[in-house]
This record gives sequence, C-alpha cells and structure tokens, in this order.
Amino acid sequence: MAGTFTTSMARNIFFGGTIFFLLVFLALTFQNEQIIPQRDQRAQLAANPAIAAGKKLWETNQCIGCHTLLGEGAYFAPELGNVYKRRGPEFIKAWIKTQPTNTPGRRQMPQFNFTEQQLDDLTAFFKYVSEINTSNWPPNIEG
Amino acid sequence: MQYKSQSVAKLYFIAAIGLFVAQILFGLVMGLQYVMGDFLFPHIPFNVARMVHTNALIVWLLMGFMGAAYYLVPEESETELFSPKLAVLMFWIFLVAAALTVVGYLLVPYAGLAKLTGNDLLPTMGREFLEQPLPTKLGIVVVALVFLFNITMTVLKGRKTSISIVLLLGLWGLAIFFLFSFYNPDNVVKDKFYWWWVVHLWVEGVWELILGAILAFVLIKVTGVDREVIEKWLYVIVTLTLITGIIGTGHHYYWIGTPEYWQWWGSIFSALEPIPFFAMTLFAFNMVNRRRREHPNKAATLWALGTGVMSFLGAGVWGFLHTLAPVNFYTHGTQITAAHGHMAFYGAYVMVVLTMISYAMPILRGRAANSNKAQVMEMWAFWLMTVAIVFITLFLTAAGILQVWLQRIAATPMSFMDTQDKVALFYWMREWAGVVFLIGLLVYIWSFFCKGEDKTAA
Ligand code: HEM
Ligand code: HEM
Ligand SMILES: [Fe+2]
Repeated sequence: MAGTFTTSMARNIFFGGTIFFLLVFLALTFQNEQIIPQRDQRAQLAANPAIAAGKKLWETNQCIGCHTLLGEGAYFAPELGNVYKRRGPEFIKAWIKTQPTNTPGRRQMPQFNFTEQQLDDLTAFFKYVSEINTSNWPPNIEG
Repeated sequence: MQYKSQSVAKLYFIAAIGLFVAQILFGLVMGLQYVMGDFLFPHIPFNVARMVHTNALIVWLLMGFMGAAYYLVPEESETELFSPKLAVLMFWIFLVAAALTVVGYLLVPYAGLAKLTGNDLLPTMGREFLEQPLPTKLGIVVVALVFLFNITMTVLKGRKTSISIVLLLGLWGLAIFFLFSFYNPDNVVKDKFYWWWVVHLWVEGVWELILGAILAFVLIKVTGVDREVIEKWLYVIVTLTLITGIIGTGHHYYWIGTPEYWQWWGSIFSALEPIPFFAMTLFAFNMVNRRRREHPNKAATLWALGTGVMSFLGAGVWGFLHTLAPVNFYTHGTQITAAHGHMAFYGAYVMVVLTMISYAMPILRGRAANSNKAQVMEMWAFWLMTVAIVFITLFLTAAGILQVWLQRIAATPMSFMDTQDKVALFYWMREWAGVVFLIGLLVYIWSFFCKGEDKTAA
C-alpha cells in the first residue's frame, strides 16, 4: 500500500463507503417495516391483550436465560417458539406448574408460582409466537 | 508514561480483570450444570449464572475499552486528559453499578428485581445480554456519555490522529446503538429486529473500530513502524468492516418473521465479513515483521499477534461456518452458535483488551516492560487461555454438529433433552478445557505479582 494511495484517500473511502452502505441498510429496514405486517401476527397482538402480558412474564422471569425463542437465547433448554404446536396449551400449563422435577442429575427449571391467569397469558404468548411466519424454521417440531 | 492523567487507566484495567475472573467462575458453574443439571439448584439457577457470565463479560470489556481510551487518547492527542477527576468518578459509579447489579441477580429473584427497579415504567429487562435493570441501563448511558465527553474534549484540544478518530467513532457508535436497548415493543418480530442493532452492530460493527484502533496504537508502539503506514491499514480495515458488517446484520433476519430477501442480503454481505478480520491478521504480522525496533515487551507483541489470528478464526472462520442461510437453517440456536460466540469474543475483544493491558500496565507501573520472568509467565497464561478456548470451541462444535444431526436432520428426530444426553461427553470435555482456561487466567494474574529484574524505566 505504497505510492499514491494516501491516508486521506483511505479516510474518504471509509466515510463514503460507510455512509453509502448505512443508507442501503436503512432502505432495507424501511422495506422490512412494509412487509412484516403480513408475517408478524400483529392483528392477534392488537386483539388480545393477554399476549403482551405473556411477553412481559416471559421477560420478567428471564425465560430466555435457559431457552431459545425462534432460535435466540440460551441453549440449555428446549426451543419455545414452537412449543405451542409441539405440546399444546394444557401440557404447557401443567408442565410449568409441576416444576422443578427434582429428578437427580437432570437439568432443573425453577417454580415461578404463576396464577392461572398468568399461565393463560403465557400460553397466549406462545400461541402468537408459534404463528409468526418464520420461513419454515425450525426444521422440525423438535425445534 | 508520558502524561500523568493516563494513570486513570490503571483502575479500569484492574477492575476489568476482577470481573473477568467472576465471568469465568460462573462459566464453570454453568458448564457443570450442563452435565449435572441440579448442581447448585435452586440457589443459582442456570439463567442466573448465565446473566452473570455474559454481563460480566460485556462490562469488563467496556471497562477495558474505557481504560484503553484513557491511556491511548492523551498520548495520541499529546495533551493531558480533559478531566482525570471525572474519569475516576465515572469509574467508581460504573463499578458500584456493576457490583450492585450482580448482587441483585444473585440475591433477588429476577421478577422481584424487575419490580423493585421500576421495570414497569419502561420494560426493557429479560432480553438476552440486555438483562440489566433500568437504573443500571441508565447508569451505563450516563457513564458512557460522560466518558465520551471527556475523551472527545481531550481529542478536540490536542492533536487529531486517525487512530483517535477511529476510536472515537467506535465509542460513539457503541453508545448510540446501546440506546436501542430501551426499545422493546410487544411485537416479537420488531423486538428481535432492533435487539440486533445493539448486539450485532456492536460486535460486527462499531466495536471492530475500537479493536482496530487499539491494535494500531499498540503496533505503532511495539514495532516503531511509520504511523502513515499503520493508519492507512487501519482505514482499510474499518472500511471493510462497515461495508460488510452493517448489511451483514441480515444474517440474523432469516427466521424471526422478517422478509425472505434478508436471506440473500444477509448471506452475501456477512460472507464477506471475514475479510476485514483476515486483513487484521495480515496487518499484525506485517507490522511486526517490518518492525524498526526491538521493544522489550515481548508479551504485548504476542498478544497483538494472537488477536490477529484468533479474531480471524473465531469471528471469520467460525462465523462463516454458519452464516449462509441454508446452513443457518440447521445450526441456528445450537451449540455451534455457542462455539462461535466463545472464540469470537475471546479472539477479538478479550485479546485486544489484554493486548492493551499487557502493553500499558508495565508503563503505568513505572517501567517499559516487565521482567523476563514475569513476561514468560504472562506468555504461559496466553497459551493456556488461548489453547483452552480453542478446545472449548472444538468440543462445542462437535456437540453442535451431533445436535443438529440428531435433533434436526435425522429421519426420526430426537427431542432436545434426549439429544443433550447423547452429547454429554463433549460437555464434560468442554468443562475440563474450561478448568485449563481458569488456570491460565490465574497464571495471568500471578504474573502481575512476579518479581524479577525490571526492564529499563519508562
Ligand atoms: C471456563 C470457561 C468457560 C465456560 C465453561 C463457559 C461456559 C458457558 C456456557 C455454559 C454458556 C451458556 C451456553 C448456553 O446458553 O446454553 C456460555 C455462554 C457464553 N459465554 Fe462462556 N464460558 C467460558 C468462558 C468464556 C469466555 C472466555 C468468554 C468470552 C471471551 C465467554 C463468552 C460467552 C458468551 C458470549 C456466551 C453467550 C453465547 C451465546 O449466546 O451464543 N465464555 N458460556
Ligand atoms: C468479533 C466478532 C464477533 C463476535 C464477538 C460474535 C459473537 C456472536 C455471538 C455471541 C453470537 C450469539 C448471539 C446470540 O446469543 O443469539 C453470534 C451469532 C452469530 N454470529 Fe457472530 N460474532 C462475531 C462475528 C461474526 C462474523 C464475522 C460472522 C460471519 C461471518 C458471524 C456470524 C454469526 C451468525 C450467523 C450468528 C447467528 C447464529 C445463530 O443463528 O444461532 N459472527 N455471534
Ligand atoms: Fe452477527
């Protein structure tokens, strides 16, 4: 990198290139916002306040610290983005109520002492997430 | 040390190493929970250990960056820091906030912590890496802004070099993208979309500017190569970083409800992201080969070369491995992700902070370099930690490949938990490699206390 390629040329390419690609990214983001309403189940979200309540429970109990949701989170416990389809609402509620299993040596999930109302909110949230259009991910029901 | 105010860096470096130890201890706790599921349950559930592990990592790297900036900027700007007092004050605020947060994680159930800290006012908690209570998040913003003010004023009143400009851009970017951690819509797709503006645009965007600037600074010092040459390299590297990395964000937008065009944009641009990391490797080796002086600090040079190699392996190679959409379809959210996360974070950001500490700490303690004995010990620590992370990565990759096979590809897919049982052997081996990592870290700390003839005063 000798000769005619000067530091100020390098700097200009840096600023120019960055700004250009940032603008392209912002354009893609704008396009993204136009398309996601067809994929993100926002009608459900608006119609049913339980979903937002469920999301808040999901967050304030830090479920993401063990589980993935649509493949993001921790890898210690099963994927829950499709758990509604894998297990159904009754199984999910019963499962949460009976934790921890206390099976020696097995990975343990805490007891959160949710009310029936809160369990319904959580299952509403799982139902909503399971219906987001994820381009057919995960590859199968096991997540 | 050329400027008295550079000495504030020392506080930051010491605290960084302290948090590093906490990070690794909780890593080992989790590693054990992976194979002995009820270990420490219910006192330290896995999710709590994980928060401590990842948040300690992020905070100590931020402390390392700040320390590096406080050391580097006065020297580059050829002037004292704008306000050393403010730098010390911010240090204590940051440290106390970090300590309180960790104590909160460990002692208060998370839902209670959320209630206690006003999460209802503005729900931001409970998302991966952004678990901090609202007051902590606000504290980070305040500390970051005061820090940026201090550093920016220093640069403005002194010499403006390319290194300090790139560093400043990286640091401002860090603060600005962190603001997206306050945006948490109910819509899961949007939540996830903008969550990556913090996470991805940090590690594959603005942090790389900080990385490049620190590496360039240390390379100038230890090799004596012309600033002109080094700064040109730096600009080329950060240009490549941002023109690939910004749109490369798309590699996280394949399966979270976002449109399918991201599979093309994300795959193509992120596949190019290894190029700047490769350039970084070439940069480090080239500069060291063309060195014009024999700096007495051999350990710092080793760390600098190590950063070049390991960031390319961890981010470049292990990132490329799972970044193309058809591959990511199977590997998304598996141990492959964890394998990559470990080597990338270590190879790029841990190593560059340790490079800076290795170079600056002896000078802050009044000598150009540590004694031979201390340096040999530090180099042992380098190899122990680096080899350990390579093995951690290899074991997790093996576990990940099996996991993908058994759970996602096989004709009769196995459940998640059954699959985990099948690959337990690799988790055991990961844990042993983790123990070696801890030993390396202890040797590293020990090297600071190793006596012996000091090399010439600074
Ligand atoms: C003794 C060594 C270590 C052990 C045993 C260990 C163990 C773990 C475990 C079990 C997880 C959680 C994986 C999951 O979610 O299921 C994790 C996550 C993580 N660790 Fe470590 N770790 C160690 C060292 C490190 C080091 C040195 C770094 C950084 C340089 C690091 C960075 C991370 C990151 C970034 C994550 C989150 C990964 C992701 O979300 O993909 N760890 N670690
Ligand atoms: C130093 C730079 C980098 C660091 C520190 C880093 C770290 C990480 C971490 C911690 C994750 C897991 C995030 C989560 O918990 O969900 C991740 C995911 C990912 N990274 Fe990186 N990364 C870096 C560079 C790269 C590069 C250059 C590439 C591509 C060439 C890449 C490709 C990916 C992909 C595809 C994922 C998503 C994995 C999945 O679908 O589960 N990374 N990275
Ligand atoms: Fe990324």
